[in-house]
Amino acid sequence: MTAKMLSYIERDSPIHRLTGATKLLCFFMWSGAAMLTYDTRVLAFFFLASVAVFKISKVRVAEISFILIFILVFLALNDIAIYLFSPQEGVKIYGTKHVLFPLPGHYDVTLEQLFYQLNITMKYLTVLPAALLFIVTTHPSEFAASLNRIGVSYRIAFSVALALRYIPDIQRDFRTIAHAQQARGIDLSRKEKLPKRVKNALAILFPLIFTSLDRIETITNAMALRGFGKKKRRTWYSARPFARRDYIALGVMGLIFVLSLLITFHDKTRFYNPFS
Amino acid sequence: MAKPVIEFNHFGFKYRSQAQPTLYDINLTIYEGEKVVIVGPSGSGKSTLAHCLNGLIPFSYKGEVTGSLKILGQEAKDKGIYALSKMVGTVVQDPDAQFVGITVGEDIAFALENDGLPQSEMVARVEEASRAVEMEQHLLASVHQLSGGQKQRTALAGVMVDHVRILLFDEPLANLDPAAGKRAMALIDRIQKEMKATVVIIEHRLEDVLHAHVDRIVVMNDGRIVAEGAPDQVLASSALEENGIREPLYVKALKYAGCEVTPAMRPARLDAMEMNPVRERLYRWYEAIDSPAEKPKAPPVLELKDIRFGYAPGREVIHGVSFSIGKGEMVSLVGKNGAGKSTLTKLICGFEKPDSGEIVVDGRDMTAATIKERALKIGLVMQNPNHMISKQMLFDEVALGLVARGFSDQEIEERVEKTLKICGLWPFRHWPIAALSFGQKKRATIASVLALEPEILILDEPTAGQDFRHYTEIMEFLTELNRRGITILMITHDMHLMLEYTPRAIVMADGRVIADESAVRVLADPDVMRRANLRTTSLFELAVRAGIGDPVEFVRRFIAYDKEARGHDRKDVVVY
Amino acid sequence: MQGEKLSIKTIVAIGIGAAVFVILGRFVSLPTGVPNTTIETSYAFLALMAVLFGPVAGALIGLIGHALKDLIMYGSPWWSWVIVSALVGLFIGLSSNKIKIDEGEFGVKKIVLFNIVQVVAQAVGWFLIAPTLDILIYAEPANKVYLQGLVAGIANMITVGVIGTLLLFGYAKTRSKSGSLEKE
Ligand SMILES: Nc1ncnc2c1ncn2[C@@H]1O[C@H](COP(=O)(O)OP(=O)(O)OP(=O)(O)O)[C@@H](O)[C@H]1O
Ligand SMILES: Nc1ncnc2c1ncn2[C@@H]1O[C@H](COP(=O)(O)OP(=O)(O)OP(=O)(O)O)[C@@H](O)[C@H]1O
Ligand SMILES: [Mg+2]
Ligand SMILES: [Mg+2]
Repeated sequence: MTAKMLSYIERDSPIHRLTGATKLLCFFMWSGAAMLTYDTRVLAFFFLASVAVFKISKVRVAEISFILIFILVFLALNDIAIYLFSPQEGVKIYGTKHVLFPLPGHYDVTLEQLFYQLNITMKYLTVLPAALLFIVTTHPSEFAASLNRIGVSYRIAFSVALALRYIPDIQRDFRTIAHAQQARGIDLSRKEKLPKRVKNALAILFPLIFTSLDRIETITNAMALRGFGKKKRRTWYSARPFARRDYIALGVMGLIFVLSLLITFHDKTRFYNPFS
Repeated sequence: MAKPVIEFNHFGFKYRSQAQPTLYDINLTIYEGEKVVIVGPSGSGKSTLAHCLNGLIPFSYKGEVTGSLKILGQEAKDKGIYALSKMVGTVVQDPDAQFVGITVGEDIAFALENDGLPQSEMVARVEEASRAVEMEQHLLASVHQLSGGQKQRTALAGVMVDHVRILLFDEPLANLDPAAGKRAMALIDRIQKEMKATVVIIEHRLEDVLHAHVDRIVVMNDGRIVAEGAPDQVLASSALEENGIREPLYVKALKYAGCEVTPAMRPARLDAMEMNPVRERLYRWYEAIDSPAEKPKAPPVLELKDIRFGYAPGREVIHGVSFSIGKGEMVSLVGKNGAGKSTLTKLICGFEKPDSGEIVVDGRDMTAATIKERALKIGLVMQNPNHMISKQMLFDEVALGLVARGFSDQEIEERVEKTLKICGLWPFRHWPIAALSFGQKKRATIASVLALEPEILILDEPTAGQDFRHYTEIMEFLTELNRRGITILMITHDMHLMLEYTPRAIVMADGRVIADESAVRVLADPDVMRRANLRTTSLFELAVRAGIGDPVEFVRRFIAYDKEARGHDRKDVVVY
Repeated sequence: MQGEKLSIKTIVAIGIGAAVFVILGRFVSLPTGVPNTTIETSYAFLALMAVLFGPVAGALIGLIGHALKDLIMYGSPWWSWVIVSALVGLFIGLSSNKIKIDEGEFGVKKIVLFNIVQVVAQAVGWFLIAPTLDILIYAEPANKVYLQGLVAGIANMITVGVIGTLLLFGYAKTRSKSGSLEKE
């Protein structure tokens, strides 16, 4: 049950040296652009850029391969699903129909469809690295400070910090509880029938929830006793000051963002259409 | 006369949800620079008193306050919790709850962050505070890499950065190994001198608290202050015993021996205590009791053979552990925080798989067996009952395992009833578990495991944070089970518990077994003690100071006598 | 509980709630047998927390919990669905001061109310908003995302309806006043 989870990877790289706030903003602009655009040229650019940035970050592929594999499988399935559900989506979007080789039903393989699915796949691929890099290159204790820096109320920012702080503890609780219940003969494996497994799941949910509610109470008190929420604003011990590199990064990213939107929408449509 | 910093005046408090007040007519004045220890049975209102001092009452616990409480001359109820938190720094019992930061530095800085201090200033103050508790090397360490002791130091630093005048501790020693506990007390002592702070400590382990200097002991019971005075006075009096608080063992011994304990003897510090008046009598008493016989060795029921294990590859935490436990034995597993005791229990129950080695139960190799299979023979009671309780009603909880194993309703009925009766929980069988006290919850979890009738029972710190009555209750109950032939292995940090109830002890340090022999001999071996962060009980010191040749023997006889004595008055204790 | 600024308790509830949401989402999702639809116990938990701590907490637990879960597990949040989790938490939370679970009884009337609210909330969320966002953001084929939304929505409704109700029921039981208790 020690599931691999994505977490901070200690390195000394230009990306690591950027402040969390910068990375967070870049992440938002990046995924924003990648979400809006459907322009193949832009997507291609983003894709290559993200590979480059990834290189700079000195994070090894091996360290995140478990996620990558997962994503690729997901994308493959998604593409299949799209084709099954709507094999002519591309035709609808691009308005032309070049059949490569005909198939029964409306399952003709068309250039447009392939092109459309290439785009959607690239789209998901380009969103990925930004978020991924943000997680693995930002120390969790800087996370909250960053949120607060970009305008999120410090109370909410801090609850994010709390979540990150207590995920490992709660995972440990969870395992302990699961073990305790298994020892009493409650089977959590896939063997049982669904209703039985729901009951068994409850045997874990209840202890987990009640320990968590206790936690909420004690932590609330501990925080109150140390003056949390006293002032309108709050400073952060592990926040890092903006440096020149941060402004540069933001500038570049902003530029890319605007450009990508211009290129995408100058022809009043999100889609780049090579067929007309 | 120093000036008063805390003044309770005919103070009382009633929780909104309670019918009766929890605190009655409290009158207590604590002066600047004093160190006061508050003791009392569980539920007597100690923590409630603390909540009143630090403002959690009325901030998060509503209720009716009567009388007056002045802190640094100001009426507490006119002050918000924030104003109070500037005067009173609280270290709560559970270090994981207090530790809200991800790294040590961040957590120490927490109070300053809330004050909106500029970062540069914060760094300096954190530096200073961390040095005071010797954590300056670990500022970047994440909470998950720290030992219990280190977490507590961090917590202490976290309140010190605020330059508070009053330090308030609610059970600072629970879950610390004996040596770590002693260090904690020494640290508190030093901090107090440096900060010229006033210190209030709530603790069940009075004997451990008294290792450092204490100005006053306040005894609470049923929401009232029943006794108060310099340690020498209180120890000499019968206040502790009358209120069901464990006296320091050496005092107990003196009283058993019929010596008159007077304040003049300065009984508060064993090392400074006047021995001449008692030496003679103590010796005669010792001579009078006859030494208890040792149990014969039984055939092994649980064997570990060269077990090795690490949670993460390359970071082994169990380095080749081997031992064997005989049928019907009752054995203690003791040692440092982080030595690997809990990990070992997980391996025995199959929660984790050893990297190498063998686990044999009843002569059968169980190394490959599933959790379920092992559970038929081995029952584990975890340290935190809330990790086990998954039903709302006591009966259902105890029945859970049986239901899962598919017993007939009537079979279940019988077994549950039997177990509940054994565990003294019969009267509560239709109660929601939420309504039970901690001690009762603990027994409920023991019951739920017992219902499955395991041959071996493993308990992780069964008495942590329990007061003397519940402690006795649980332990006597376990001894009874042991008499019924159940083999018991228990993890504990309480040296006297080990001596009192388990003839044999297995000592671990840093993932290795460093001793496995009679409990008394373990405590007689200074080298083992040092390596495993253990500490002799004061009985040894007493014996030595009394010039008794064989301290080990002295301890054994004391325990025999003590069991005898307690055995009698236990008869009329009803188990709630 | 919720004033213009959140109480500490709400903040902590959001933090811990989000953490538990992540853990449940990671470990306690039971496959139903229907291909790639699972019983997400995390939504039953979300419902409980929303009822206990109100709409703001509900919304933020959904938002933060789901976003973190995606980030940690898939490396990138699937925004369209993250937003829906937040909305579901919010709507269910609106029923909290009607249900008043802390008063210790969770009778038929409240159970019905709770389930009406959760079904409506999730219908809107999973059947309408999620697919629509998928189309707007990712230009996925309509019929595909609507079917996905439908399946996920129904699965979650049943999950919250069964497990969520049981959780609330169980929680209410623990609130029963000990004054009413007699030793036998
Ligand atoms: N939040 C609360 N609401 C209602 N009653 C409470 C609350 N907290 C404590 N009590 C009651 O007040 C009494 C005193 O509790 P308190 O925690 O002060 O005891 P204590 O002396 O600290 O015990 P222990 O040594 O076990 O910590 C108990 O009977 C308990 O049931
Ligand atoms: N789930 C876990 N994952 C990783 N490391 C762990 C885990 N549990 C314990 N450890 C580490 O293994 C070592 C042994 O821990 P363990 O809890 O067995 O010690 P212990 O003897 O029970 O200590 P204590 O007396 O404080 O309970 C410690 O260094 C601890 O940090
Ligand atoms: Mg207490
Ligand atoms: Mg342990």
